[in-house]
Amino acid sequence: MKPKVCVLGGYGINSEDETIFAFNETGSEAEFVHVNEIISREKSLEDYQILVFPGGFSYGDHTGSGKAMANKLMNNIGEELLKFVARDTLVLGICNGFQILVALGLLPALDGEYGTRQAGLLRNDSARFVCRYVNLKKVSEKCVWTKGVERIFLPAAHGEGHFYLEQAALEKLAKNDQIVFQYIDENGNLAKKRFPANPNGADLDIAGICDPSGRILGMMPHPERSLFFSNRPDFTLQREKLLRAGKELPKWTENIKIFENAANYFADK
Amino acid sequence: MNIFRIEIQNTVKDSRGNSYLAKIQKAGFPVSKVETADVYTISHLHQGFGGQAQMTENEAREKIGEMLTNPVYESFSIGEPDFSRDFDWAIEVGFLPGVTDNVGRTVVESIEDLFKIKFQKPAENVFSSTLLYVSGENLTEKDAQKIGRLFANPLIQRITVKSRENFFADGGMEAVAPQVHLSEPNPPMEIDLEIPDEELEILGKKGIRNPDGTYRGPLALSLLYLKTIREYFRGEGRNPYDIELESIAQTWSEHCRHTIFANPINDDEKGIFKTYIKQATEKIRENKGENDFCVSVFSDNSGGILFDDEWVITDKMETHNSPSALDPLGGAMTGIVGVNRDALGYGRGAKPVINRYGFCLGNPEEEISLFRGKNKQNPALQPSEIFEGIVAGIEEGGNQSGIPTPQGFCFFDERYSGKPLVFAGTVGLIPRILDGRDSSEKSAKPGDAIVVAGGRVGMDGIHGATFSSEALDDGSPATAVQIGDPITQKKLSDAVVRELRQGGFINSVHDCGAGGISGTIGELGEEAGGFEVDLEKVPLKYPNLEPWQIWISESQERMTFSVPQEKVAGFLEIMKKHGVEATVLGKFTDSGRGQVFYKGQKIFDMSLEFLAKGWPCEVLKAEYKASKSIPIIPPDKGDLGGLLEKMIARQNVASIEFISQQYDHEVLGGSLVKPLQGKGRVNVNASAIRPVLSSPKAAVLSHALNPRMTEIHSYDMAVATIDDAIGEAVAIGGNVDYMAIMDNFCWCSSDEPERLGQLLETSRGCYDAAVKYGTPFISGKDSMFNDFRGYDENDNPIKISVPPTLLISTLSVIPDSTKVSTIDFKIAGDKIFVLGETREEFGGSEFAKMIGADEHAGVVPKVDLEKSLAKFRGIFAGHQENLFASVQHIGVGGLGAALAKSCIAGQLGANVNLAKIHEDLNTALFSESKSRYLISVDPAKEAKFREIFPEAIEIGEVGGDVLKIDQVGEFKVSDLAGKYKGTFGDY
Repeated sequence: MKPKVCVLGGYGINSEDETIFAFNETGSEAEFVHVNEIISREKSLEDYQILVFPGGFSYGDHTGSGKAMANKLMNNIGEELLKFVARDTLVLGICNGFQILVALGLLPALDGEYGTRQAGLLRNDSARFVCRYVNLKKVSEKCVWTKGVERIFLPAAHGEGHFYLEQAALEKLAKNDQIVFQYIDENGNLAKKRFPANPNGADLDIAGICDPSGRILGMMPHPERSLFFSNRPDFTLQREKLLRAGKELPKWTENIKIFENAANYFADK
Repeated sequence: MNIFRIEIQNTVKDSRGNSYLAKIQKAGFPVSKVETADVYTISHLHQGFGGQAQMTENEAREKIGEMLTNPVYESFSIGEPDFSRDFDWAIEVGFLPGVTDNVGRTVVESIEDLFKIKFQKPAENVFSSTLLYVSGENLTEKDAQKIGRLFANPLIQRITVKSRENFFADGGMEAVAPQVHLSEPNPPMEIDLEIPDEELEILGKKGIRNPDGTYRGPLALSLLYLKTIREYFRGEGRNPYDIELESIAQTWSEHCRHTIFANPINDDEKGIFKTYIKQATEKIRENKGENDFCVSVFSDNSGGILFDDEWVITDKMETHNSPSALDPLGGAMTGIVGVNRDALGYGRGAKPVINRYGFCLGNPEEEISLFRGKNKQNPALQPSEIFEGIVAGIEEGGNQSGIPTPQGFCFFDERYSGKPLVFAGTVGLIPRILDGRDSSEKSAKPGDAIVVAGGRVGMDGIHGATFSSEALDDGSPATAVQIGDPITQKKLSDAVVRELRQGGFINSVHDCGAGGISGTIGELGEEAGGFEVDLEKVPLKYPNLEPWQIWISESQERMTFSVPQEKVAGFLEIMKKHGVEATVLGKFTDSGRGQVFYKGQKIFDMSLEFLAKGWPCEVLKAEYKASKSIPIIPPDKGDLGGLLEKMIARQNVASIEFISQQYDHEVLGGSLVKPLQGKGRVNVNASAIRPVLSSPKAAVLSHALNPRMTEIHSYDMAVATIDDAIGEAVAIGGNVDYMAIMDNFCWCSSDEPERLGQLLETSRGCYDAAVKYGTPFISGKDSMFNDFRGYDENDNPIKISVPPTLLISTLSVIPDSTKVSTIDFKIAGDKIFVLGETREEFGGSEFAKMIGADEHAGVVPKVDLEKSLAKFRGIFAGHQENLFASVQHIGVGGLGAALAKSCIAGQLGANVNLAKIHEDLNTALFSESKSRYLISVDPAKEAKFREIFPEAIEIGEVGGDVLKIDQVGEFKVSDLAGKYKGTFGDY
């Protein structure tokens, strides 16, 4: 089955086009859905297999990133969302989308408590918006979205990306295999909260997490912004090295696997 | 009335508090700790908010607190101070009445949604503020006020300070709702123009007099203009109403009509714009024949060229200088969000896809002492405050709008201390065909509804257009200041781009900029042939605005649409879905007249012909003298190495990574050549993006300016600047044969013949270079009075004028996005070449400034247009064959700075000898001769390279971790990087 992807937009969400492009290039069928189209029941989540909260600045991050959008969704379609995640579906939140998922309580959903706020994404330690490429290593074995992914290189662009959980909950998250991505340096070592490898100071260098089922992924950096090999900041250097070695330039980066995995999950269903 | 405060604080990690602490300490206050809290002051009418839930007031307040808090890391309190808290001073920063409060508005929406109610504005509202709890021994109340001032601009914000003792005694800060209270508006006034010339002059300069004797602010209408207006109204048999006079002043302002570019000058009856700018484009299009790629030039909000068979790409660069001088954050923010609307206002709606920025300002390390009024009244902001504010303004506006901002610059010179230049530009994208016809076609039709959508109207921005047309002085109105609202505009943009531009909803659209709806309805009215407006239908932020204020207010984030009557219902429905307020104000007609009614009374009735074109042409007088040739005497040649190290740390050469890294340049997924190049992250004046992800094509952007050269030789400056801008683009992959350019003239004292002489010579240079290179101007903007008039600390009158500044920006489309290049040296053993001739050309250079030469000394670089064009084409051809390992256009700081940058970017050294560049090493290192490139090449490709560029001079080889320049010195690349990045650091 070719999955149908609902890519939410409106109120300052802004990365929907490149997100739709990523899914459509990899075997899914994605479309833009305005939040108010779900709230007005003009469109229904029941018609989709994948729900995506793209990056952006919903409500301008006012009162704290993701909060105002999460409140709007909870007030109006809270039950529909819980029903959606209870089905055999996939959910992805990138950057502001991750912040919304956390504010909705769909992540990390420790102990299966979907809908309870358990974690937070605090201001970056620098208290500044930062846009730069980061290296991530994949940790979780259970996350559906990251099969076959080991290490990726992609841009982070956020002001509030410091993932925070209380200590006991953090241990539980690790034990449950819900830590999906950690920030690492160029040599593959954990960033140990140090800038710039870890752009925000997140605890345990956490860049992305999933729910207990592995079907809901939230991450701060943006795989959809670095799909093409030429998107990489070191593209011209890599090109020079490859050409001198007589090799072909790849078209895509590793980041595209995240979107391929989504289509693959539904391929046999 | 119920009014209460909710205070929310971070219980885990207060990163904002830490950064505030660092800023306060940097400013020299003995502060040891800062804690911050967000405060929402909520005023509402009905106990329990009157929703269906039937809550008590306290229950409702608790529910709001819970909604606004994430309990994992935040806590809230309602009204009660925390008596256990340890601090010395509480400092609160909130907005003054009427200032846009975006956060407050979001909280209003959230509460409305939570209780399913509607706030009755303005009585019911939410106001946001920030509270700082500051600890520090011996801090006085005055210190606390000054600390507050670090985080507030008194033009738009209020600071409240309380000692810990008073804070607790009072039960915390008072709940203050900064409501706007306006007295009953004056009825529309007739203005008697049958008065003596002296009185007419006062009317033009100070504005209309209110019944209470105060003046409304400048109309900026000269005596000649006022007499023309009087003549017109004599013909109408009556005096004008105030709103008519205000409207004419807006429409005829230099800011809107660009009279200096339009009027006859000396014996040229057509004026500068037609003779030089427009005619250049016409000539180029003619020369290009069927290869002409222009779609729409000069006539629309942006210029547009073909991207491919399916898409048109648009571009526009604006300035927001005067507002940024008064409120840098708001000025820059409304600048960038405003120019986004120039994309949306292209054709029937282009999507903004790339932002540009540029700042010219005084030395941020220097304290200035300038006042707009006598007796140290109304001080000008410090360059450092302006710098911080404008950087943050573009950050907020650009990032929140979801538009990548890769392309920009900072240029520092003390002559920008009185008035900074803030450039903001936007590239847009639109399908070539919409609804089966050319998407650039637009025309309001008689009978169409006039619909205004977006933000509401307040006192903000009144007299923005006329005030930009005058020099900044004591009378510059604070109401000209506003804050942007990127989210309201993003919603508007989504509605237009996703839905409304297709399906016949829009016959025409213009962006509300200078002059507000008086401008847009006037422009659309010209297209249709007339308009009728009911002014009381305009949605207001607060009651009691006078009709003329509603008509000319420049409140932001609004656009005016001409909508066919049968599509109005659908149009409003779509706007509503996107959460955008849209209102029908009237209709377009073919009466030939513009008519405005207020509550049934006709208060405006003029011929559109007169309004649009009735201003009297004044013949401008220009005189030009190139400055006398003054030689430059370089200092003792003993320490060239020291000079090089100094050069790369100079503000105009050094890294501005802290800005590039704050501006999201990756959103939309097309980022290709980024603002920082190489592992070593070096700023470059060009960037490339794929605006259409499904196409292999890319857009290449660049810019250049040489303001210190204008007064030495204006013509050569113009040619050099166009050459630089194209060269920057070509170096990273741009194609001169598929490139459009934009001109921004930021002049000074444009009522003086000498300044107009420089303008004329500059324009002549623009024409010659553009025509030779075949790069058409597609859009431009001028700002002619960038002068500061005021006083120093001893009350001596001071005038500071910016150096006449020409900014050239380029937009090029290339067929293959993988054929781009960067400046970083890449592989040891690669050969290094310099392409282009180096001469002793130091006029207006960074070197001249560094050694303290007379500012008019030296020779301005001359460009051989023929040879330069051949280089542009050769480099583009080389890119297609992956011929270069690295390419850098040599710019500010000369070859010395360029070598350092390629090394820093590549984190690789080089071994070079400059003997063949020039016999004088000062010249070899620091001359700013144009049309030169620093190129590294794989030795295996050397033969091929030499075939295309036989004249290239080989200077050495890449390798090691040291830059060795014979007879100059050896520099560790990591040390160079430290100097290059040390100037601003994290700023």
